[in-house]
Amino acid sequence: MVAESVQTSASPELDHDSLLSVRALQTHFPLDQGLVKAVDGASFDIRQGTTLCVVGESGCGKSVTARSILQIVDRPGRVVGGEILFRRQRRGAGKGPDGEIVDLAALDPKGAQMRRIRGGDIAMIFQEPMTSLSPVHTIGNQIVEAIQLHENVSNREAKERAVEVLHKVGVPRAKQRFDSYPFELSGGLRQRAMIAMALSCNPALLIADEPTTALDVTTQAQILELMRELQDDYGMAIMFITHDLGVVAEMADDVVVMYLGMTVERGDVVSIFHDPQHPYTRALLRSIPTMGMGTRTRLNTIKGMVPDPYDRPHGCPFHNRCGEYMPGTCDQIVPPPIDLDEHRQVRCLLHGGAPSSGVRNEVNT
Amino acid sequence: MLKYIARRLLVMIPTLFAISLASFFIIQLPPGDFLTTYAAGMGAQDNIIAREQLAVLEERYGLDEPFHVQYWRWISNIVCCGDFGQSFEWNQPVSSLIWDRLTLTMLLAVVSTLFTWLVAFLIGTYSAVRQYSLGDYFWTFIGFIGLATPNFLLALVLMYISFRYFGQSVGGLFSPEYQNAPWSLGKAWDLFQHLWIPVVIIATAGAASTIRIMRANLLDELHRPYTTTARAKGMQEWRLIAKYPLRLALNPFISTVGWTIPTLVSGEIIVSVVLDLPTTGPLLLRALSSQDMYLAGSFLMMLGVLTLIGTLLSDILLAWLDPRIQYEKAGRR
Repeated sequence: MVAESVQTSASPELDHDSLLSVRALQTHFPLDQGLVKAVDGASFDIRQGTTLCVVGESGCGKSVTARSILQIVDRPGRVVGGEILFRRQRRGAGKGPDGEIVDLAALDPKGAQMRRIRGGDIAMIFQEPMTSLSPVHTIGNQIVEAIQLHENVSNREAKERAVEVLHKVGVPRAKQRFDSYPFELSGGLRQRAMIAMALSCNPALLIADEPTTALDVTTQAQILELMRELQDDYGMAIMFITHDLGVVAEMADDVVVMYLGMTVERGDVVSIFHDPQHPYTRALLRSIPTMGMGTRTRLNTIKGMVPDPYDRPHGCPFHNRCGEYMPGTCDQIVPPPIDLDEHRQVRCLLHGGAPSSGVRNEVNT
Repeated sequence: MLKYIARRLLVMIPTLFAISLASFFIIQLPPGDFLTTYAAGMGAQDNIIAREQLAVLEERYGLDEPFHVQYWRWISNIVCCGDFGQSFEWNQPVSSLIWDRLTLTMLLAVVSTLFTWLVAFLIGTYSAVRQYSLGDYFWTFIGFIGLATPNFLLALVLMYISFRYFGQSVGGLFSPEYQNAPWSLGKAWDLFQHLWIPVVIIATAGAASTIRIMRANLLDELHRPYTTTARAKGMQEWRLIAKYPLRLALNPFISTVGWTIPTLVSGEIIVSVVLDLPTTGPLLLRALSSQDMYLAGSFLMMLGVLTLIGTLLSDILLAWLDPRIQYEKAGRR
């Protein structure tokens, strides 16, 4: 509960360069087997026009966090706490620091305002481009629909814009492809169509939920390249969810590391890679295979598994897999967020937050 | 597409041949034939005059001939001159007996199918979208009662209600004054007034299971990623459900159209008997029990044809609804 008191005392205002600020977000799923706290204390900021990568193992609440921002968490999941502050620009206005600040967590998930933000201000693309597009509607139909939901344009104009945006994301022969069904396209083209749909309304933030995981490596590289180019053109911010640290190194300006629904460390990409502070971040980085490590060397892995969601460890969620576990402390206290500097935050008792005297600030790496 | 339909129609010919052979064979499986049943009914075994009469009949109908000769006589007449043969029991040509009944049966089948679907789609959709709500439980409960109540019981209850409170004649599809009258506006209205009872009865049983299927299909589709995509676009919930998951949940229904029609034609025998409906069910039952083989065989043939047409229709509908289905060979694209 330490976490919440720290968060609510923070200013409700956004930093001048922030587009979105997630603060102490909690999204819970009350299931028959028990309460699953899929997201329990996620906090991070996305700056205008930059890319934030969210990393973590499967089941760490990355996707649920993303869906919570749009309020499209599947039933019975619900945002139960925290704030999601979003700086909403007037349509047509430039992407500047002004604009009204909306708390998305407080909006009605079915309300008109939330619907206008979905797709209009914040768009999302998904992991599996085959199943994420309707198999029985043409991609053109689905893109036109997205445009007409947010802008009052004629069918013809919407079609022209759809073809244009398809062309922009590198779909060859965009005019003919407009009438294609998803099953007639390759995986890479499908994901391009998906991106075209997301960008059709010129959103301020694009959430990409592992958009390259289902694609082969060559296509993956092309899609990443495309997203960087589009970011330069459109100036939107990107929230990129992945478990591939190689992708993070390539894409990110800032990084958030999540573990069991909690953000355990956040900072800019350089300091996360060169000076990781949380034992979990360090363990993740150690598990990347490096060139020339030799065929006989075993890959470093993090011991153990992500705990069962119904049976969260008491105290720090990572303590039972942590190499620097302090008995009596880590299994008792939920680590509070500790600011290391302006953009750097870590939640680990090694850096303070434990009331006893056993706080170690020196960390041996 | 036209090519596909033409090919399908061609394939239907050998299928029909197989059906006719099988149905003719099965009809002849029970020991004896129409005449033995007929004779047993008259108690005529020992009566010499009757026995001679039977021998004459046997020769006339060709009942002493081997199977393939009988089959050939039957099928060649159907193919060349549309003559389905003579009903022994009614002493009338089969075709004059079945067409009226088939028409009424088809009418009943189509109306009850539409009614079933209307009810099932509305309730099934509601139950899936509001899963585990009070309404979902209520309709599930009603649906199971509909499924568990024997149709003939429901028939008796509804017949009582229509007689007691609406003053209608009991049973049948027509009031006595219209029974043998030629078709007119009055007769059609009379038919309409009687039709609702069998429609409701047949639909309650059908709707109960259809609601469950619809609910399960839609629940599957509601959690598909493309539904989430549509939601992430900012679509209104009801519009989104109608456009995406509902559309895909329809596919399994369309593929069952083919079997719905023959089930309705042959399956509602008990209801038809109880309600005394001039449909095919009771006639088929009688024809089978008295081994009136040309009549029974023709009925089974018609059911076969209906099944094939139904299947073809559902395939065409499905291709129209779902662009992923391609009937031309993939290499030709």
